[in-house]
Amino acid sequence: MNSDGLFLSNDILMSIEKPERYIGHEVNSCIKDPEDIRVRFVMCFPDVYEIGMSHLGIQILYDMFNSFPDVWCERVYSPWVDLDKVMREQHIPLFTLESQRPVREADFLGITIQYEMCYTNILQILDLSGIPLSSSDRTWDDPIVIGGGPCTYNPEPIAEFFDIFYIGEGETRYRELLDLYEKCKDEGTSREEFLFRASQIPGLYVPSLYEVKYNEDGTIADFYPIREGVPSKVKKEVVKDLDDTYYPQKPVVPYIRCVQDRVVLEIMRGCIRGCRFCQAGELYRPVRERSVDKLLETVYRMLDSTGYEEISLSSLSSSDYTHLPELLDKLIIECEKRKVNITLPSLRIDAFSLDVMNKVEDIKKTSVTFAPEAGSQRLRDVINKGLTEEDILSGSAQAIKGGWTKFKFYFMLGHPFETDEDILGIGDLANKVAAEFFELVPREERKNGPISITVSTSFFVPKPFTAFQWAPQCTQDEFIRKAYVCRSGIASQLNQKRIHYNWHDADTSVIEALLARGDRKVGEVIRKVYEKGGIYDAWSDYYSHKRWLDALDECGLSLDFYAYRERSAEEIFPWDFIDIGVSKRFLRNEYEKAREGKITENCRAKCNGCGAATFGAGICPGAYKK
Amino acid sequence: MTKIRVRFTKHGAIRYIGHLDVMRYFQKTIRRAGINVSYSGGYSPHQIMTFAAPLGVGLESDGEYMDLGIEDEHPDTEMIMNALNEASVPEIRILSVKILPEDAGNAMASVFASSYEITFYDDKKDLCPDAEKIKELIDRIHSMDSMIYHKETKKTSRDIDLKSFIYNLYLKDDISYKPVICMTINSSSSDSIKPGFVIEFMCGLEDIQLPPNSLQITRLDMFTRGENGEMISLGDIGVSK
Repeated sequence: MNSDGLFLSNDILMSIEKPERYIGHEVNSCIKDPEDIRVRFVMCFPDVYEIGMSHLGIQILYDMFNSFPDVWCERVYSPWVDLDKVMREQHIPLFTLESQRPVREADFLGITIQYEMCYTNILQILDLSGIPLSSSDRTWDDPIVIGGGPCTYNPEPIAEFFDIFYIGEGETRYRELLDLYEKCKDEGTSREEFLFRASQIPGLYVPSLYEVKYNEDGTIADFYPIREGVPSKVKKEVVKDLDDTYYPQKPVVPYIRCVQDRVVLEIMRGCIRGCRFCQAGELYRPVRERSVDKLLETVYRMLDSTGYEEISLSSLSSSDYTHLPELLDKLIIECEKRKVNITLPSLRIDAFSLDVMNKVEDIKKTSVTFAPEAGSQRLRDVINKGLTEEDILSGSAQAIKGGWTKFKFYFMLGHPFETDEDILGIGDLANKVAAEFFELVPREERKNGPISITVSTSFFVPKPFTAFQWAPQCTQDEFIRKAYVCRSGIASQLNQKRIHYNWHDADTSVIEALLARGDRKVGEVIRKVYEKGGIYDAWSDYYSHKRWLDALDECGLSLDFYAYRERSAEEIFPWDFIDIGVSKRFLRNEYEKAREGKITENCRAKCNGCGAATFGAGICPGAYKK
Repeated sequence: MTKIRVRFTKHGAIRYIGHLDVMRYFQKTIRRAGINVSYSGGYSPHQIMTFAAPLGVGLESDGEYMDLGIEDEHPDTEMIMNALNEASVPEIRILSVKILPEDAGNAMASVFASSYEITFYDDKKDLCPDAEKIKELIDRIHSMDSMIYHKETKKTSRDIDLKSFIYNLYLKDDISYKPVICMTINSSSSDSIKPGFVIEFMCGLEDIQLPPNSLQITRLDMFTRGENGEMISLGDIGVSK
C-alpha cells in the first residue's frame, strides 16, 4: 500500500489509463472500521469501472449491505487490459476500492452477471484475486463466491466457478445468508456444511450439490441433488412490494464519466408485454410498480445526496407504467426549479410521449426511437411485439409534424419463422416514414434539414425462459445473408438516401447463444478461452472468434448442438430446475402460437395464466394489495 | 450575479483525478452544498464556473482556484466555505472564499505564474541527487544566461529558453532527510512550462537520469501580475464577508 492508502504504487497509477478507476475515495463510498464488522462482502461487476458503476442493481445492494451494522460492502471491477497485464507481471493481487485490500481477504465475493460475454472476465476476477477458479478447490481461506443477475437463470455453463448462485432479486434473502455464515463461523463448521445449509435458503442454488447425467446425444438425461435435504427445484426470489424495500439513499458518485452519469430511478419491475424473444420480460414477472410518492421522495433525496444534474427513468417499458403522466408532470416542474435534466427512457411514440419530449429535450438534438424488432406485421405477430404499422406510422407522423427529423429504428434478424419477405418489410417501413416526411413537410418548412432514418439490426439469440428457448439460431452465414437481404431491401427504396443501415456482427451472437443455453460442459470452453488469453469478450476490440471456435473444438463441443439445433418439446433443459413462476407449459404454448402467428394479450388486458401469479404480487390476479 | 473566488487544496489519492473530472466533481459538490450558483440559459443550463491553470494528474496542491457566479447579491462567504467543505471529500479542502470586484479578471485569464514545492518520492530518493548536489545545480543554473530545453508535445517539438519562464528557484532551507526544491514559474495559458522541465534540465547538466515518476510535486499557489508587474496571489484578490 502506498502513502496515500492506495493499493497500487504511484509508478503503476501514473503508467496506466484512467488511474481514477482504481483509487476509490468517491463521494458516498462507504468506509467502515474493520473492527466493527463481522462480514466483508465484496460486490463485483465483471467489466470496466465505467460500465460497472452504472449498474443500478449493485447500487441497491451496496446500500442494503452497508445498512447492516455487522457488514461492510465494498466494490471491485475488472481491471482494464493495461492494468491486467501489470498485475500479472508483478503478481499484484486484485483489491477492493474502499479498503484497498486484497479481494481474497473478504468473506464473500458477489458477482453480478448481466451478460454472457462477461464470463471470461469472471475468471479474470477470480484468477487475479488468487481465488481458485473451481469451487471444489476452495477452502475457508477463500471468499464464498456467489453469483446473481439475469445470467444466473441458466447458471450451468459457469456452475463450477461459483459456490452459490442467488436466483432472483437480491433484496430478500441476503440477511438470512449472512446470519447463517456468522453462525457457521461461530460453530466452526466446514465450508461444505455451510454451503449445504445455504442450499436450504429459498432462492439459493449450490451447484456442487447437484449432478447431471447426459444422454448419448449430449442432451440431459437427469439432473438431481446428491444429498438428502437439498431441494430439487430452486424458486426465484421476488420483492413483493417495491415501496417497502431498499433503494439507494446515497449512491456512490464516480469522478470519471460513467455510462450512467445520473440518478437512475427504477419506476417498475417486469413488463406486461410478453415479447416472445425477450428474456427479461419473463424473468422479472410479475409486473410491480413503485408509487409516485415514493419515487419522488427517493429521487429528491438522491439528487440532494449526489449533486447529479440529470435523472433517468428506468424500466423495461416505461410507457406501461400506470402513473407515468402524473410522475412526469411533477418531476418536470421540480427539475426545472433545480436545473436538473430529465432523460427519457425509450417511450412508445405517441402524442403523450412527444409532448413530454418536447418539454425536456431539444428537438434539434434528439431523435425519435422505435423498436419494432420485426419488419412485417406477420412477423411482429410471431414475436408478439404488440406494435402495429399503424402505431408506428401515426407516431412518426406526429413526430414529423412536431419538428423531429432524426429517427432510429431497431430490428432483429433471424427470428424463428422469419422469411425474406419479413426482412424486406424493414426497408418498406423505413421508406414509408421517409415518404411521410416529404408529404407532410413542404420544402420551405424543412428548416431542420431533411429526415434522417437510421435502421439498426442485431441478430436474434435464443434465451432460456422465453417462448423461443426451443428455437434454432441461424448460422453465421445465414445471418450475413439476412443482413444482405435487408440492405438490398433498403437500397431498393425510393427514399433510400435518407436511410442509413447498421448491423451488429454475427460472431458474438452465436457465442452468446452457446453461453445462454449451454450446460455444464460449456464451462470447460470458457476456461480454455480464458487460458488462451480471452478477457473483455464483450468488447469487440478484444474479442477473438477463433479463440472460441478453437476451444469448442478442443472440448469436442459444437455450435451445431448448442446454437443451431431446434430442441424437442420433451428435452430437459439445463435450467429446468429453476422455477421463475412462468411455466414451461406456458412458454411451449407461446412457441406454438408463434408458429401460427397468433398473438397473446398483455398482462394488463388479460391474465394468460403464465404461472407468475404464484408470487402473489403486482399485477397478477389475487395479488396482495396495500 | 456576484463573482466569488474559491481557493481549494487537492491532496492524497485524489491527485489522480484529471482536471476535467475535478470540474465535474465541483459541479456536483456545489449542488450538494446547496450553493445558489448562477446558470447559463438554454436546454442544458450549466453553472457559471471558471478554473485557473489546470493541475496535472499526479500533482498535489494547496493553491487551486475556481471562480463562480452566484445569485446572491451579498453572499456570506464563510457560510459558502463551510457548506462546500461539508459536501466535499476530505482530500479537497476549501481554504477561502472571496467576493471578487466587478473588474477582476477571471481565474483562467489572469493566472500568470505558479509556485511549486518539489521533492522525490521516498521510494526513489536514494536514486536521486541529494540536497548538496541540488544546491550545486541550482547555483549553476543561476549563473547561466539561457536554459535551452527541448520541449516535446504530442504535436510539436521545439527548443525553448526556460530561463525566461522561471521567476525564482531555490532549495528550501530547512533541509530534512531529502531535498525540497521551490520554484515559481510561468503558467499562463499562452506560455506555461511544467516544473518537471526545470528539474529535468537541471539534472541534465550532469547527465543525471532520474528514475521515472520520482517527482512529488505540490503546487503552493497561483499568481497574477499587478499594475507594476508584481506577483499577487489569486487568493489575495477580493474580500471575505
